[in-house]
Amino acid sequence: MKLDFEHRQSAHCESGVTSSLLRKTSGNKITEPLAFGIGAGLFFCYIPLIKINNGPAIAFRTFPGLIFKRTCNALGIPVTRKKFSSKEKAEGFLQQCLAEGKPVGCQVGVYYLSYFPREYRFHFNAHNLIVFGKEDDNYLISDPVMENPTTLTSYELERVRFAKGALAPKGQIYYPAGDAEITDEQIRKAIISGIKRNVNQMLRIPGSFAGIRGVKNTGIKIKKWRDKLGLQKAGSYLAQLVRMQEEIGTGGGGFRYIYAAFLQEAHAYVKNDELLEISKIFTQAGDLWRTAAVQAAGIYKGRLGSQADFDQMGDYLIEIAAVEKNAFLALKNIKWQ
Amino acid sequence: MPQDMSALGKITKEVCYATDSSGKYVTELSAGWEVKIDALDVAWKDVQERVAAAKQKVLNNEASPLLFFMEYRLMDISILSDYSGFWKWQIKRHLKPEVFKRLSDKKLQKYAEAFNVKVDELKTMTVHEA
Repeated sequence: MKLDFEHRQSAHCESGVTSSLLRKTSGNKITEPLAFGIGAGLFFCYIPLIKINNGPAIAFRTFPGLIFKRTCNALGIPVTRKKFSSKEKAEGFLQQCLAEGKPVGCQVGVYYLSYFPREYRFHFNAHNLIVFGKEDDNYLISDPVMENPTTLTSYELERVRFAKGALAPKGQIYYPAGDAEITDEQIRKAIISGIKRNVNQMLRIPGSFAGIRGVKNTGIKIKKWRDKLGLQKAGSYLAQLVRMQEEIGTGGGGFRYIYAAFLQEAHAYVKNDELLEISKIFTQAGDLWRTAAVQAAGIYKGRLGSQADFDQMGDYLIEIAAVEKNAFLALKNIKWQ
Repeated sequence: MPQDMSALGKITKEVCYATDSSGKYVTELSAGWEVKIDALDVAWKDVQERVAAAKQKVLNNEASPLLFFMEYRLMDISILSDYSGFWKWQIKRHLKPEVFKRLSDKKLQKYAEAFNVKVDELKTMTVHEA
């Protein structure tokens, strides 16, 4: 059985899945950048005390599941999301959805995801893919990271749906539960509320670990890494920062470009010309994240390594914090038309 | 748009958002970026060092093969606890070689499943898959 579903590749798994699942309902209007922006996907958080793969835990996106939830809520589309304690029930529910003709989103872990190259398989449990059919024992999979649709055997799919560790997916499955007509006016409102939410989450979140203050404080911390951790470990930490920043599903620098693309697309619905100007600031922020990544690479490849190099690295983040703060303040001050 | 061949690039290209000459955002495909590839290399080099150190510890009879497989499978005690069903304090005990040697086949089987290997491979630190 193969459902009528068109695979689309995207830059980020959850916004890609959201856009694909809403494709029919929205008449193709909810693109990946729109889903990312309406879902207020842009974030930064350095979680102290927690270690991932023996390095720092840094997130550049909102908590998994929120982009889909917020986007659907903002557009007035009801959502079904289920977790399971039993593997049999989880598969039964999946088959039932497919039998009803519904492609569904699944949260999975990538460690045992067989079509991923081994180098990419870490215990990362917040990946998202779409199941859109089953042929013999093979589920048809649309993984937004991949250029083409792929397959997983029922055992392989079960294993990734029930991956263990932090953010364990517990067989989580979700889909838009209804076909509401989406008007341009609804999209306009959703865009504005998404932007407001993102402004809040970057500017007003309390504490020094998240949002713009989190970026700045991470910059300050990085300057101390060389003395505190030693050159090799500090290099590994920076490599982890870059992987969190640039790899699939986490991409900090890449997310700034998606957000910039979102603001451009938003302009088609919301006639505030400021959006186009602010889009350029996010492009600049994305470029700066990339520059910082190059600096980090210099350190973990051993080309750089003096305290001045770490200071420079930290200063990049402090500069990024200033640029992004300006961008979000500008968004905050828009008089919506 | 960087096109440095990455481990992922052999299998799929990645979608990236970038501006065209008029400043408009479009999607483009990238085969990878050197900076990212190097970051991943560093991560795996660290893992390999940890695996090698763990193997030596097991050979020196300072730890049980569990330690080797935990490093090999990138698992910490809490992930292994989730996969195997053992409590963390039990795993800590089982990390001692003398305790590990007395484990029942049933318990070994649970660990073998968690690491996706066979029981005799678990005992001998044998790994074969890619």
